Amino acid sequence: MSALPASVVEDGTTTAVTMAGALNAALRDAMEADADVVVFGEDVGPLGGVFRVTDGLHDRFGEKRIWDSPLAEAGIVGTAVGMAMYGLRPVVEMQFDAFSYPAFEQVVSHVAKMRNRTRGVVSLPLVIRIPYAGDIGGVEHHSDSSEAYWTATPGLTVVTPSNPADAYSMLRAAIASDDPVVFMEPKSRYWSKQSLSLPVETAPMDRAVVLREGTDVTLIAYGPTVRTALAAADAGAAEGLSIEVVDLRSLSPFDDETVGASVRKTGRAAIIHEAAQFGGYGAEVAARVTERNFFHLAAPVLRIAGFDVPYPSPKLEEYFLPTPERVLNALASWEW
Amino acid sequence: MCIFSDAPSARSTVSHDGHMTLNVERADSRTLPSLKPLRLLDNAGHAVSGAETGGFALPDLETLLGLYRRMVIARRFDVQVTALTRQGRLATFPSALGQEACEIGAVSALRREDWLFPTYRDTIALLTRGVDPAELLAQFRGDWHSGFDQKAHRCASQSTPLATQALHAVGLAHAARLRRDPIVALTFLGDGSTSEGDAHEAFNFAAVWQTPTVFVVQNNQFAISVPLSKQTRARTIADKAVGYGMPGYHVDGNDVAAMYAVTSAAVDRARAGDGPTLIEGLTYRIEAHTNSDDPTRYRDKRDVEHWKRRDPIERLERYLVSEGALTEDVRAEITAAAEELAATTRDAMNTEVEHDPLELFRHVYGTPRAALAEQRDALAAELAGRPGGAE
Repeated sequence: MSALPASVVEDGTTTAVTMAGALNAALRDAMEADADVVVFGEDVGPLGGVFRVTDGLHDRFGEKRIWDSPLAEAGIVGTAVGMAMYGLRPVVEMQFDAFSYPAFEQVVSHVAKMRNRTRGVVSLPLVIRIPYAGDIGGVEHHSDSSEAYWTATPGLTVVTPSNPADAYSMLRAAIASDDPVVFMEPKSRYWSKQSLSLPVETAPMDRAVVLREGTDVTLIAYGPTVRTALAAADAGAAEGLSIEVVDLRSLSPFDDETVGASVRKTGRAAIIHEAAQFGGYGAEVAARVTERNFFHLAAPVLRIAGFDVPYPSPKLEEYFLPTPERVLNALASWEW
Repeated sequence: MCIFSDAPSARSTVSHDGHMTLNVERADSRTLPSLKPLRLLDNAGHAVSGAETGGFALPDLETLLGLYRRMVIARRFDVQVTALTRQGRLATFPSALGQEACEIGAVSALRREDWLFPTYRDTIALLTRGVDPAELLAQFRGDWHSGFDQKAHRCASQSTPLATQALHAVGLAHAARLRRDPIVALTFLGDGSTSEGDAHEAFNFAAVWQTPTVFVVQNNQFAISVPLSKQTRARTIADKAVGYGMPGYHVDGNDVAAMYAVTSAAVDRARAGDGPTLIEGLTYRIEAHTNSDDPTRYRDKRDVEHWKRRDPIERLERYLVSEGALTEDVRAEITAAAEELAATTRDAMNTEVEHDPLELFRHVYGTPRAALAEQRDALAAELAGRPGGAE
């Protein structure tokens, strides 16, 4: 079943676009629209990025707009801070989730805090693209879901698209934002295709979207687990369970309004993510959904998450990742 | 408003106007700097000549007098703020007493349109750039994390996480170069911070990208309590420049003439598009790390006395007196300016400023957030329910 945002027009002029292609188009269009947008990182130049998200951009825009930096993530983010201070709008790539950790101090101590520190005088319009999460058969350090590190930090905007249309629209919005944005790209969805016409503008970057309506349960998902939630909804429907799927899109800020409305309608909620459960993003979602909607809830908010173990090696990741079956089993654990 | 606006202009001497002319081959990116720190004035206040100068010429008297004036005023300020901190008016203050030649010499080589990226210890450098004392000390009094307008002064806020600001300087310098703006970014670092990964990355990015950046490492010989011998096995910090492919200078950091001349050359070089330079100023922190530190636990008092006898201000004073440049009138004017600044600073620090608790929420994001507005409203209600503050 189709789960496209309403604004995606299928009018015969559409073409099949992958998420990587949509991100590429968003970068291209943003660079065309604004000479202050610059792109740099590891292998983003002539190679076009290890996921080809920057494919062709070096040829098109040249070395002064997009270039390969030395291989050092703190250096990439730290220099991007200085560029943004001067008025550029840098878009930097961390290549893989776990390779963003050397930049942790720059992100947490400066990117997140600069605007507050300077009482609004210096805002940092920069985008940190982080390909994240697993299900790609990656070796160690290539499959982490690091979102909670960033969402726990005031000052950061953290978003993650789940489909090509949102990937395009949200990346354009992130680049246009005067606030720094951690833009998390679900690697396993890079090659997912959607028929659409670019440019496309979907819901605002900071809003969640109800992708599928239902009446019995709200499944809250984001990035790579949106597909899991939609598959669970399909399977649940076959068993007579009407599942509503909310794609968060924005992890920080959290769209209390959209999520709350859904939960108050269904009376039950579960959050799905790949990251380990303990101290994960789902803990915040479960807590705030409960705090704000307790008297509408028929059951405790469930978390269907990765186990509290390091991300496994490729031969074992199928046991780690939340599956539609695991989601439905979890829902069955409630008293109905 | 620049408190030094009436001081002799150092700028006129920075450019290619003769007195900076090279007569000895400069350090380049392939040769190690001299082990003996480069200097232009010895501790007795005599002009030195020969290899020790590294080919740099002594700045003219007018320039030196301007540097002297800035150092005297900066020291008076530093001493005043340390006293105010002991009186409990400030939460903390990292003094730069004894490091005035590095601070003032380096920063005086910049033009107004250039950028400075200072550390927590470089308060007097910011003062020299014209930042208002009250705004400058807001950070250390605890009013806000930074109190002055970075863009207006072209000075970043004082960085606490070591060496992180060096990358910002490199990035800003690169952005300026992309826009063809002929500006330079100068960043201060401490000796201890050169062990940080960000220092390495900043040196390397700057060299690879050939950014107009000047790195000034103030080697005051201690990272709080840890001596330089526990930070590096290199002969000097300046030696490291060679590994990055940029020139490095090992400079007597208590000789403001040398610090000014070398930094000016590095700034010129950066502005001309020839890339970054690493300057190490060998100096000494006379005061404690901050007011909460006890340096008697890790260094010998005789060591401190040794360095006090190498005071940067007294050194230049000896030279200026011997040249007849430091007349009683000039001294009186400088003393009056220093005392006026001290009085202004005392008044500012003894005046309570209003703090608005709701400002906590005001600057975090440019795009308003509903959840943050809820928390702000909750605090506002809490404040309204408790007149006069917490019970």
